[in-house]
Amino acid sequence: MVDFGGWDMPVQYPAGTIEEHLRTRTHAGLFDVSHMGEIDVRGSDAIAFVNRLTSNDVTKLVDGQAQYSALTTPSGTVIDDLLVYRLAADHLLLVVNAGTTDKDWEWISSHHKGESVDLRNASAEYCQLALQGPDAESILQKLTDVPLSEIKYYHFKPGTVDGVSGIISRTGYTGEDGFEVYAPADRAEQLWNKILDTGDSGSPTGVIPCGLAARNTLRLEAGMALYGHEIDETTTLLEANLGWICKLDKGDFNGREALARQKEEGIKRKLVGFEMIERGIARDDQDVVINDEKAGKVTSGSPAPFLKKNIGFAYVPVECASVGQEIRIDVRGRLVGAQIVKTPFYKRAK
Amino acid sequence: MANVPEDLHYSKDHEWIRVDGNEAIIGITDYAQNSLGDVVYVELPKAGDKFSASESFGSVESVKAVSEVFTPVSGAITRINESLADAPEAVNSDPYGDGWMIRVEMSNPREVDSLLTAAEYEDFTKAESE
Repeated sequence: MVDFGGWDMPVQYPAGTIEEHLRTRTHAGLFDVSHMGEIDVRGSDAIAFVNRLTSNDVTKLVDGQAQYSALTTPSGTVIDDLLVYRLAADHLLLVVNAGTTDKDWEWISSHHKGESVDLRNASAEYCQLALQGPDAESILQKLTDVPLSEIKYYHFKPGTVDGVSGIISRTGYTGEDGFEVYAPADRAEQLWNKILDTGDSGSPTGVIPCGLAARNTLRLEAGMALYGHEIDETTTLLEANLGWICKLDKGDFNGREALARQKEEGIKRKLVGFEMIERGIARDDQDVVINDEKAGKVTSGSPAPFLKKNIGFAYVPVECASVGQEIRIDVRGRLVGAQIVKTPFYKRAK
Repeated sequence: MANVPEDLHYSKDHEWIRVDGNEAIIGITDYAQNSLGDVVYVELPKAGDKFSASESFGSVESVKAVSEVFTPVSGAITRINESLADAPEAVNSDPYGDGWMIRVEMSNPREVDSLLTAAEYEDFTKAESE
């Protein structure tokens, strides 16, 4: 168990990270992600208020739809990345990272300027279980009357799972199809055990409980950013390849001006994916060396259990950021060859 | 319960050594491999490299972390386990057998006397995991 944003979290379960990772890609993995924070925003100005603090366009959401977005600083860097759920025109739920929940809450509540909204930090009220993988739908369907095949990607429906009322969302952080279930915190254990039982946990083709380490390797293979690694208050969304969640034409929002300027002037550094071409594993914070000069830093580096490669993300100068560019990683004093590749590293067959 | 063979000597850094004449065979313990998780990469020195007792001679990487490994005795490397390059998982599946790492010509065989016995090592790991 490790401390993770104030939560005691398992790094791995007895099967180990590699098995957890592979089973999620081939069958199903269950993650207890109750540590994620939830901020409830209600009121007639809910959409306008959140739209002013986040970079994606909240007005594009319909009831029952979710959106990946970011809380931005005035300079276009990232307070946090988050999911915005539209429950109703006057009711949004923001799902944020565990380690940043208090900071986000402070930021959001201090930026409340007269809009008609009620804000509530509801993090302690929810548990969140993520059931991910190709078998996720068939397992979860046995526990709910909600027709899951009707929920499209990045959509959700309220409903019951094993008799427990909550929200069933077709979202995730693994690159697989799957669901995230939000329910009252005191029902976490019941749902956890019921999903494992229903998914034939223990069988080599059943659902497997997964820890933080597999969550990290799965999201990395799928090319997804992790707050505190690829993005933070020193990186702008454009540098982090998150231009697709910067809706510069939606009207004013925190950081819009800075991002528009950076878009016009061009970024100087860029987040890229790389894979090792020589033996060695890149790790977080190691230096990237290009033409014998220190040129950037690894933000996440790890073995990729499904791809059976050693991969990572790094920031490099934009002129050295094209696919095929050879770079070297300073692995504890040894320079190990790597190459910039397209991301996502892994994409599931549709 | 971790496996701790009787006939080996142990370090507090979780390496084991098997004495074979003037040479020592060195690897990491069952307890160590179990705490590391799936080993995916082992970095070893070259034959001929010299190390003092407690010096780092390489590293073992799991999916999540890198751990240095330390030689419990001083000496020169006579052989390394080259099969770990392609089968690092042997460190998990057979830590005291196929998962061995280096063979060292000991320069001071009396250093072995200061290492832990199997019973002492078992007590040490129990205390450490409490």
